[in-house]
Formats: sequence, C-alpha cells, structure tokens
Amino acid sequence: MAVGFDDKEYTRSFEWSSWKKLLPFLKPYRKTLLLVLGLNLVCSCIDIALPLFQRYAIDNFITQQTLAGLPVMAVVYALAILIQTLAVIAFTRCSMRVEMNLGKDIRRSCFVHLQTLSLSYYNVTPVGYLLSRLMSDTNRIAAMIAWNVTDIFWAATYVLGVFLMMLALNPALAVTVIVIVPVIALLTAWFQDRILRWNRRVRKMNSRITSAYNEGIMGARTSKTLVIEDQNSEEFREVSQDMKVASVRAARLSAVYIPLILFFSSLTTAIILARGGSMVLSGTLLFGTLSAFTSYAVGIFEPIQQIARNIADVLSLQANIERVMGLLEQKPMITDAPEVIAKYGTAFEPKKENWEPIQGEITFEDVSFRYPDGNEEVLSHFNLKIPAGYTVAIVGETGAGKSTLVNLACRFFEPTSGRILIDGRDYRERSQLWLHSSIGYVLQSPHLFSGTVMENIRYGRLDATDEEVIAAAKAVSADQVAEKLENGYQSDVGEGGDRLSTGEKQLISFARAVLADPRIFVLDEATSSIDTQTEQLIQKATERLLHGRTSFLIAHRLSTIRQADLILVVRDGQIVEQGTHTELLRRRGYYHDLYRRQFEEEASAHRLQA
Amino acid sequence: MKAKGEKKFALIWRFLRRYLWIFAFTLLFSMLNTVLNSLTTQVVRYTVDSVLGGEPFPDLLLRVVPEGFLESLAPSNALLIAAGLILVVSVLSGLCMYGSRMGTAFGSENFVKSLRDALYEHIQHLPYAWHVRHRTGEIIQRCTSDVEVVRNFVTNQMLEVFRIIFLVGFSLALMFSMNWKISLVALAFLPVILLYSSIFYTKIAQRFLVADEAEGDLSSTVQENLTGVRVVRAFGREKFEVDRFDQKNDRFANLWIRLGRLMSTYWGVGDLMSGLQILTVMCTGIVFAVNGEITLGEFMAFISYNSSLVWPVRGLGRILSEMSKAGVSIRRLAYILDAEPERDQPDALEPPMDRDIVFDHVTFSYEGFPVLDDISFTIPAGSTFAILGGTGSGKSTMAHLLDRLYELPPENGRITIGGVDLSQIRRSYLRRNIGMVLQEPFLFSRTIRENISAVRPNASMAEIRRSAGTAHVDEAIQDFPDGYETVVGERGVTLSGGQKQRVAIARTLMQEAPVLLFDDSLSAVDAETDAQIRASLHDSKGDATVILISHRITTLMHADQILVLHHGKVAEIGTHEELLQNHGIYREIYDIQMSSEDRAALEEAPGTQERGTEHGSRI
Repeated sequence: MAVGFDDKEYTRSFEWSSWKKLLPFLKPYRKTLLLVLGLNLVCSCIDIALPLFQRYAIDNFITQQTLAGLPVMAVVYALAILIQTLAVIAFTRCSMRVEMNLGKDIRRSCFVHLQTLSLSYYNVTPVGYLLSRLMSDTNRIAAMIAWNVTDIFWAATYVLGVFLMMLALNPALAVTVIVIVPVIALLTAWFQDRILRWNRRVRKMNSRITSAYNEGIMGARTSKTLVIEDQNSEEFREVSQDMKVASVRAARLSAVYIPLILFFSSLTTAIILARGGSMVLSGTLLFGTLSAFTSYAVGIFEPIQQIARNIADVLSLQANIERVMGLLEQKPMITDAPEVIAKYGTAFEPKKENWEPIQGEITFEDVSFRYPDGNEEVLSHFNLKIPAGYTVAIVGETGAGKSTLVNLACRFFEPTSGRILIDGRDYRERSQLWLHSSIGYVLQSPHLFSGTVMENIRYGRLDATDEEVIAAAKAVSADQVAEKLENGYQSDVGEGGDRLSTGEKQLISFARAVLADPRIFVLDEATSSIDTQTEQLIQKATERLLHGRTSFLIAHRLSTIRQADLILVVRDGQIVEQGTHTELLRRRGYYHDLYRRQFEEEASAHRLQA
Repeated sequence: MKAKGEKKFALIWRFLRRYLWIFAFTLLFSMLNTVLNSLTTQVVRYTVDSVLGGEPFPDLLLRVVPEGFLESLAPSNALLIAAGLILVVSVLSGLCMYGSRMGTAFGSENFVKSLRDALYEHIQHLPYAWHVRHRTGEIIQRCTSDVEVVRNFVTNQMLEVFRIIFLVGFSLALMFSMNWKISLVALAFLPVILLYSSIFYTKIAQRFLVADEAEGDLSSTVQENLTGVRVVRAFGREKFEVDRFDQKNDRFANLWIRLGRLMSTYWGVGDLMSGLQILTVMCTGIVFAVNGEITLGEFMAFISYNSSLVWPVRGLGRILSEMSKAGVSIRRLAYILDAEPERDQPDALEPPMDRDIVFDHVTFSYEGFPVLDDISFTIPAGSTFAILGGTGSGKSTMAHLLDRLYELPPENGRITIGGVDLSQIRRSYLRRNIGMVLQEPFLFSRTIRENISAVRPNASMAEIRRSAGTAHVDEAIQDFPDGYETVVGERGVTLSGGQKQRVAIARTLMQEAPVLLFDDSLSAVDAETDAQIRASLHDSKGDATVILISHRITTLMHADQILVLHHGKVAEIGTHEELLQNHGIYREIYDIQMSSEDRAALEEAPGTQERGTEHGSRI
C-alpha cells in the first residue's frame, strides 16, 4: 500500500537541533513572551496567596471571635483578585498576539518559499500535504508556543510556590504532601502516553469512516447497478464498529485515569486531616493552617497533571517543527545564477529595465533530459529549432509524456545536458521571471482563482484597464461566458472556478492569455467533452491566439493539429516522429495509427451532434 | 416553529431511544458521584467541629453507631476513622465516576454508530437522481462534521446540563441546610454569572464564525495557489500571489487577535465576578462564624461547596449558548434521512429476464431538457443490439432507464421485458439480472480480486480469473506488484482508464446476468483490444441478450441490429449492411471512420477480416 505523506511517524527522541530552527521565528516576540511569563508569575503568586486569606480568616477572626480588620482583609483580597484579573487579561491578549503573529510569520515564510520551489517538487508532493504544513502545522506550533509553554510555566511556578509555602507553614505536614507528587506525575505520564496513542488510532479510524462515506457516495451508481448496497452497508458497519471499539477503549483510559488521580487527591486530604488534626489537638498547628493545607493539597493536583500533559504535547510538537522546517529547507531545483539576479532581479523584485524584449525563437541544442524522480532518459541529444511565430503540435496518447518539451521550453525543468536557447541565448543567462512573463499558458483543466471574471482575466496583466480586459475577453469570445452570469464580469467564479464548465473556464483562461499578450503560447487542449457551441468558440479563440506567436500545443483536436507548422509525435516518453500532418499521414507510422484511433472518432462524433 | 423543534428532537430520539438506559445509568452514577463528593466535605466539617472543636457529634451519626462508641473514641483514632472514611468515599466515588464516564462513552459511541450506519445505509438506498443532484463533499461534510456536532450535543451538552443542574441544586440544598442566609448570598451571584456567560458566548459565536471563515478563506487561497502553481509561474505572478496571501494571512491573524481581546476581557471579568462571589461568601461566613451562627467546620464546608458551584455555572452558560448549534446540524442530517429512498412495491414482480426488451413510445426529459423523444424499438431475447449515438444523444439515458437508475414516469411510455412493465419489477432483481458496465466505472479502494468478486464475494479464484480473462485484463493484473491482491484507488495503485474499464467488465461478467449492457465501456481501450474483448465476450455470452452503446462503428458493426440515435430520436435501425445501403447518418459516419486508405489498414488488423464475412450474430 502506498504510504501517504501524513503517515510518516516521527518517533525520534528529543532533538535540540530541530527546536533551534524555531528560534529565528521567536526572536521578534522575545519581549512579549517574557512579559507573558512575568504575568503568569503574578497569577501564580496570587493563586498561592488566596488560601492564605482563608487561613487568616479562620485564625484571626473566627477562632479569635473578632471582626476587627475584616474590611482591611476584604479590600486586600479584592485588590488581589483585581490584579489577577488584569494580569489574566493582559497575558491572554499577549499570548493571542504571539500565537497569531508567530503563525502568520511561519506561514508566510513557507508560502514565499513555496513560490520559489520547482515544479518538479510539486509533481511529487500532494497539495493536501503542503496545505496541512501551512495550516495545521503552523497553527499548532504557534498555539503550543503561545499557550502550552506558558501554561507549563504557570503550573510549575504555582506548584513550586505551594511547596515553598507549605514548607514555610509546616515542614512536617508539607513533606507528606510532597511525596505524593512524583506518583501523580508518573501516573499522568504513563496514561498520557497511552491516551495519545489511542486518540491517534481514533483519528485514523475517523478518516477511514470519511473515506468510506466518500466511496459509498462516489460509487453509488456502480453499487446500484451491481446491487451491492446492502453488502456495502454491512462493510460500513464493520468500520463503524471498529471506530466504536477504539473510541470506547480511548475513553476507558481516561475513565480509569481521572478517578485514580482523584483518589490520590483524597488520600492527600485524608493524610492532612489525620496528621494535621492530631497536630491541631496537640496545639502545634492552627485551624487556619490546616484549612490552607487542604486547599493546597486539592489545588496542586490539576497543575501537576497539566505539566505532565503539556510536556507530552509540547514534545510531540517536534514532529510539526521538523515537517515545517523540512519544507523551508527544501532547495529549489531551478535557480537563477547570482549574476543573473544582479542584472534581471528576482521574482519578487524584478529589474524590468534590464529586460531584453523577446522574439520567441526557441532552439533545443543537443538536449538530453531525465525527470528528477525518473531513471529513464526521455529526451536524448534532441535538436530542434523553432522559428519565432511557429506553431508546434505535440500529439500522443494520454500519459505518453507530451508535456516534457513544454516543461523544458518554459524552464519548469532544465535540460540534464545540452542547452535551450531563446532568441539565440541560453535561457539560463536570463531570469526565470523574464521568460515566464512572456509565456501565455492555458491548461487542459484550466485553473481559475476565486474571485470575479474580471479579476481572473486581469491576472494576465495586472495593470490592464477594465476596457482592455473586456477587449481581451471579446477577442476570444469569453465575453459570452461573462454575459451569461448574473453580474457579468463582476460575477464570482467560485472556488477554483467551479461555478463554470470546463469549456467556459478555458475561454476565460484564453482571455487571460490574450491580455498577457505573450510571445510564447502554450495550450494544453481539453480532452473532456465540451458542448458543440463552446467548442466552436474555443476553436476560433485558439486560431486568434496562435496568430503571430511561437506556440506549443498539446493537441487533442484534429483541427488544431492540422494547422500546426510542425507535429511532434510522442510515444512512451520519446519523440518518435515529426513532420506536418500530410507528411506524417503519408509515412503510415504511429501518427497514422493514432489518427485512425482518435481523430476519426472525433470527426464522426461531430457528425452525430450536428 | 414548535413543530420544527419537535421534529428536530424526533430525529435524535429515534437513535437515542435504544441507548436510553445507558444514559440513565450514566446520569445515576454521575449523581451518586456528586453526592459522594459532598460527603468528603461533611467528613471534614464534622472532624473539625466535633473531633477537633468539641462540638457534639451530629444526631444522624449518633443514631447509626452503637451508643457510647463515639464518646469513648480517642480523638486520634477518630481522626484515623475520618481519614479512612474519606478514602472509602473516594473509592466509591471513583467507581461511580468510572461508571458514568464509561456509560457516556458506551452510550454516545453506540448512538453515533447507529446514526452513522443509518446515514450510510440510507444514502446507499437513495435514488441515483438524488446523488446526481447533491455534491459529494457536501454530503460527506454532513455525515462527518454534523454527526460530530450532534454527538457532542447528546453526550457533552445534554448530559452535562443535567449533571450541572443536579450538582448546583444539591450543593445549594446542603448549603441551605447549614445556613440559609449565607446560601442566599452565594445564590444571588449565580444568575448573574450564568447570564453573563451565556450572553457572552452568544455574542462571540458570530465572531468565531467570521474568524473561522477567514481561516477557510486563507486556506483556500493557499490551496488555489498550490494547485495553480503552473499558472502562477507561467505568468510570473509570484509577487502578486504573495501580496494576495499576505492580505488573507493578516486578516486571519487580526480577526483572531481581536477575538482574543474580547475573550480575554470575558475571562478576566468572569474571574473577577467569581472571585468577588467567593470573597462575599467568605466575608459573610466570617461574620456569621464570629457571631456564632455557624461553626468553624460549617464555615469551611461553605467555602468548599461554594467554590464547586462557580465553575459549573460558567460552563453551563457556555453550553446553553452552544446548544443552538446542534439544531442546525440536526436539520442538515434530517434533510438526508428524510429523503425518500428507492422502495419497491410489496408485490413487485420477479419475471424471467431472458425475454424481449421493448421500448414503447418512451419520452424522457432530464431537468427540463428533453433527452429522449418518442423512442420505440424491440431487442429480441438472446440477440446483440447496438446503439450508436454521439455525446448528449441520450444513449446513456436509455441505459439508465433500463436499469431503473432513472424512473420513467408512467405517462412517458413504457419499457417492458417479456411484456412485464419495468416499473413492476423488483429493482434489486432487475439490476441483478442486467449486467451493466458504465462508461466511467467506479472501482472501490479494495483489492482487484475484491472488486471483481463484488457481486459474488465467495467466488473462487478460478472464476475470477476466467472473468478477467474474458475482459482481457488478467495479464495486466498479473503484472501488478501484488497481482489480484493489489489495492486500487485512493490508497493504492492507480489504474489507467482502459484497465479500469476492463476490470469493470470482468466484475459485471461475474454477475452472469441474462442481459448485458455495455455503455461506451470500451472507449478507453484501443481498437485491437476492443476487438479481442468482443470476440471473447461472444464466446462466453451464451444466451444472454447483449446491448452495446458506442460511437465507434467497429464496436457495433457486427451486432444483429443497430439503432442510430440522433437528437433523442431513432434516426435509423437495421443491420450493418442495411444501414450501409440506407445512405443515412450511419453510412456517413462509417465513411468518416473507415475513410479510404484507412479502411484498408483496418482490415489488415488480425481477425477483423474473417469476422466481417461471417454471419452477423457475433458481438
């Protein structure tokens, strides 16, 4: 079974080197974090002091039968909780700020870095994986640093303070309480470990349930034709049963753990009552101190558990940090040389004044290429000169490797050996952005961004006026798409453009390319069925776009192929034939075969729809 | 409004009813636990008053123990007994807590399981038309997140409300039994705290929603950038993308920071109110204790009970405000469960299926678009019948109607098998007897073996391989790393379109149905393999009626009869030869597909020549 990226288990022990990488991100928040810790210290001090008021009340008022000084105590008490309130408000605000800003910074670094990584990285990395690095990992890191670490600090100072206070009040009694603490800590650690493990299991089961629903729904039609609905339901019941068992098991752990902790808490109270009681009888302990001790004994249990829990949580953060840092340390495969950057600028700060205009002549000079993750050479010593304005069609079966040439020409990949020249100069002598700014690209499954039709077309040239956008749309009949929508060009296209059909999306992406007015144009034709009317529009738009530009067509339509100046035929990743349509047909080779299988059907499909 | 509320609860009730006894026990254990916990405080109280302070023992205690026992007890022994009592109570309350926690787990997991199972089963039995109308993601969202919300409502919120109410009521009762005046002071704060808490949570719920949306917005911006990486690079829009990302990233962070400010105020003020309540109760207690109205032990008990009141009340405020969320989720689940599933008449028929199939003046529109227009024809039993049509010609709709994936309204004509109207036949029987291969078949993410034997899970390996052999996919399967045990789909190997179609054919063949229907199911297979599959299908089909739907002439030309579907109407019908003579659409398409020189090339293909000359009953 294929191992998903998320299944990677990070079981290694604590590694400071991983944590160290987080320090640069923490630097801007040093002061705020210190402030948070300080405020937490104030809180824990007041928390330690509160039972003393009760002690004072018992020993000074109740047993003395006097109310003298009660208002003073009340005022001091009120002041204490007021200070605490202010400290809590201040610290939550600071922590929230640290959490959100830290998360924002890490996320931004990842995002910016991703913009520089090569497409080869994207080819092997699922989007879902990257998305959860940017969202859940960064969120978790930020939240843990801002809250859990400070929680540990609060709990630790509180427990320590309580120890000191108890020792100061009555060392003998204090010792009996303190010996129980390690027991609780160990118990918590033991259970915490198991609870975490079971929770992970439950989460895995949960994703199985989700994918079972997914299959049950996606495969509904097939299930109906096979009449296996009941069988599916039966199988689902097994999955949900597993989920139930795992959840109950996970619940049982805490159902044992929490009463156990509470038992130890009661044990402490019992010991204090028995020992402290006899001290009261013998006159070595006052009632108030006894009462303060009982409060402390109850009070330290939660913080001790909190420390154990949070430490386990924070330690598990290492995996998140490693994943995020792994992403940030990923080296881009294609980079511009320093002298190129010096002259042409980066993707973020281009020096457009130094850019030479581009004509669009592309030359493959003795190019050999192998994909980084492949072991077979898909191009070897390939030579081809494409004059500016030429149209090159690339044909072949699905998965035959038709995009390789395009990937190389666009410098999404670089040749393993040999050179690619644009207008006679090796394209590595100029920046990636220089080349990319001159390329128009229309994908088979055209990608639109959320936003309006207008915004999507304008993506081609950001400073285009509304009139220019509309003109571009008209040029490729995309205006018809816009006009059909309720708000025209201002209509929202939905996430990824999913409110539009593939054909409509393609027309919008044509308009986007026209607006960019590129010297080099790449079109990956759609294979999916598009209704006849849209198809005709697309055909016209294609003609309009090809005019006067160097074009690469990953072609599926006969009409597009016929008008190409050169056809490259790809089979199993290799270019097996090249020539014009008539030449290739005459040769009666693989192209001829392809033509018969694919394009004749298209021709008859046209007849059937006419 | 009221009816709606009742309906909402009815849905929960349906699944809850069976496990009610578990929840009843849970609640009982939980209450017992509260009572036992309060005992500890009482033990401390009497220890302080009677053992250490010299007050008389309470009457209740004097009545249960043998006379004179308490009086003769040395104080140190009395302390040990008190300590022992606390431990005993703690063990008992621990057991109760275990019971109540396990009860919650059992009850809620069983409840959720039955809800999940019911949803899954119901969705399986909803008509195909329903599936077409709804988006997969949306339904899954309901089956997962909304189920989670409902579970949370039943287990955490509903039970917790009962528990808190009991806890508060019981603690107050004990406090009132000691001194009603101090208790009133303590009580006076509670409604304020409750109100404050619930108003606050209601108020920020909206803000949470906005902040959550901002996160979703940010997340989808990132996702779109990643999926559209080629577009971004090709247009050199890296800087623009980072700017756009920054905007969303900042908005997300700032919304949460603002929310954090609001929450910090709430927490702070909430803490302050709780602290003031505790202070007031303590001061009142001190005054009363000094005045001798309560004992020291009672004072301590008051402080203890009172401190256990404040947090649950704050929690209650939150729960009450969150409970409204559950209503939305329940409604969304009810929407699925209330949808009408496919249901057969109790007297549905199971007639023999190896009979003539007749389409009798069938007209059908789909979502207002006419698809089939007055179609009539007969498929003789045991024959091979072909339908030629382009995209959108309605050919797949005919297949769907025949398998009753879509229902033909009675006024729109009839489809009969052996004279029996399709609508009279039990759906499962009908579908089991029509082996249908879809154009875009769905393979389940299980092993290939399990996929092929889906209809007959007990089939032997030999049978499975025979089907795979007929579908010409056996060899390809053997080449996979794990052969027939290779897992396909999401979690495993990705099959090519042609392989998928062939596995689907093998799967359908396992059905051994008297009617076989291939809806463009060889479209992704090359012409040669297509021919080979048809040849071996012919050899193994026996008496089955075969219906082929395609736009490829070579796939259809050997059928006994060919129907040409054009714009939802029967344009032509006849044998290959007859249709060629007709010089209609069929002829035109034949000419396009078999143009000039290519016809010669095609006829060189192995086997085609001889089949062409043989009698036309081949597939």
